[in-house]
Amino acid sequence: MAVTGLLLIAFLLMHMFGNLKMFIGEEAFNHYAEWLKGLSEDGGILYPILPAGWFIWIFRVVLLAAVVLHIYSAAKLWRRAEAASPSTYEAKRKLAQTYSARTMRWGGIILAGLLIFHLAQFTVHAALTNGSFASTYQSSAYKMVVGEFSQWWMVLVYAIWMVAVCMHIRHGFWSAFATLGANTSPRAKVILDACAWAIALVLFIGFMMMPVAVLFGWIHF
Amino acid sequence: MNVTLRVWRQANAASEGRMVTYQVQDVSPDMSFLEMLDLLNEDLTVSGEEPVAFDHDCREGICGMCGVVINGTAHGRGNSPVPTTTCQLHMRSFEDGATIDVEPWRAGPFPVIKDLVVDRSAFDRIIQAGGYISVNTGSAPEANAAPVGKLKADRAFDAATCIGCGACVAACPNHSAMLFTSAKITHLAMLPQGQPERKLRIKNMIAQHDEEGFGGCTNIGECVAVCPKEIPFDTISQLNRDLISSLFSRDGK
Ligand code: HEM
Ligand code: FES
Repeated sequence: MAVTGLLLIAFLLMHMFGNLKMFIGEEAFNHYAEWLKGLSEDGGILYPILPAGWFIWIFRVVLLAAVVLHIYSAAKLWRRAEAASPSTYEAKRKLAQTYSARTMRWGGIILAGLLIFHLAQFTVHAALTNGSFASTYQSSAYKMVVGEFSQWWMVLVYAIWMVAVCMHIRHGFWSAFATLGANTSPRAKVILDACAWAIALVLFIGFMMMPVAVLFGWIHF
Repeated sequence: MNVTLRVWRQANAASEGRMVTYQVQDVSPDMSFLEMLDLLNEDLTVSGEEPVAFDHDCREGICGMCGVVINGTAHGRGNSPVPTTTCQLHMRSFEDGATIDVEPWRAGPFPVIKDLVVDRSAFDRIIQAGGYISVNTGSAPEANAAPVGKLKADRAFDAATCIGCGACVAACPNHSAMLFTSAKITHLAMLPQGQPERKLRIKNMIAQHDEEGFGGCTNIGECVAVCPKEIPFDTISQLNRDLISSLFSRDGK
């Protein structure tokens, strides 16, 4: 749970950083996208250590394994919690629990659902929603992103998704470090909580800046 | 003061339980919660009804027997200004005329025996799995013979104050007994006498914890919020550290 979760957070930081290339321009963003996939002229990332185009597939396998193991551990924890709770209290009152901590499980399911849509949209291109631009998408990831996010409701969907992602990370980051043994004192908890908030906020702002910029026309064809 | 109680009544482990409403009159604000229940039971006995079964022993907050959930929080922590056991919670923490819900700990590994009494022997079995030191030490050694650093002694002491009441399990949304187990682990891990069996102890105690059917810890913190002895959250990270390092070493080394 902790190890795979932190791996996924590391991926998100990298992904967010990559998305910001949209601000530099079409050429920069598309080159970056092709470079990751080994389609650029120089053979792409890690070429010639790996043959061109291998990196992206290794990366995808590792990510997929992390996601699968993360969901597997979560399902197991959920089952154990259900098995340990044969009945519920008539009166319920929570003293410490945060909203993020309480929604890790159902929130996680919502995240996974939207992740499937996200991949169908931007990776497989099977669920592109802005029909009028669809023909221009093939040639340019930049145009694809601009096309999709020039629809206000798509920006809204992503904003909601990112709120869910960042809440998940707010509890997940702290919890992962506690599980790995880093919560060594009340002070350590304050620091871990602060880091969790910081990463969640950086991810939210970093990811949402670009779609909002597209919506307002600051990033355009 | 007068209060209305809604109390969980359950004849035995096999039967269905339900909340039953009782009025308790002339309660003194200086009574403890258990004394108020005594008052109720006197009334019930006089009127020929079965008294409410609840566990208790020391009534001074050190034995850990008396835990019940009051208004949705273990030991009534939500009503008390300070961390407390049920026996040390006083009626002055409630308003005159209040309606108070009283329920047993609810967790699979703590089955209800009767009314508010649950079977906490799962904790005993976790202790039996390794919460002890198996060297024959003879009579008590001279106190300064085995020096222990101040910080470690303090941590060991803080963890050793756990009375095994089970409030952590009752409050945990996962019904995990991680705070209890980590208090025992931390207590022994900080002291020289605990070192020889340190790695084996953690593996065995965690295995027993899971075997008993307690849930897994997701670091939510409800346990720490209700603990009458303020067992620190960081004992759980201590347990995790020991567990991780035990995976890379031979048993007992
Ligand atoms: C505002 C937020 C986001 C935007 C605008 C965005 C945008 C994109 C785009 C444009 C691609 C395709 C890149 C290409 O075709 O070269 C992509 C791929 C991907 N995104 Fe996102 N993304 C966002 C958030 C997320 C989040 C929160 C996750 C994970 C929970 C995520 C996971 C992925 C994955 C796994 C891929 C596929 C990588 C691959 O091709 O192997 N994204 N994203
Ligand atoms: S009766 Fe002993 S702790 Fe309450």
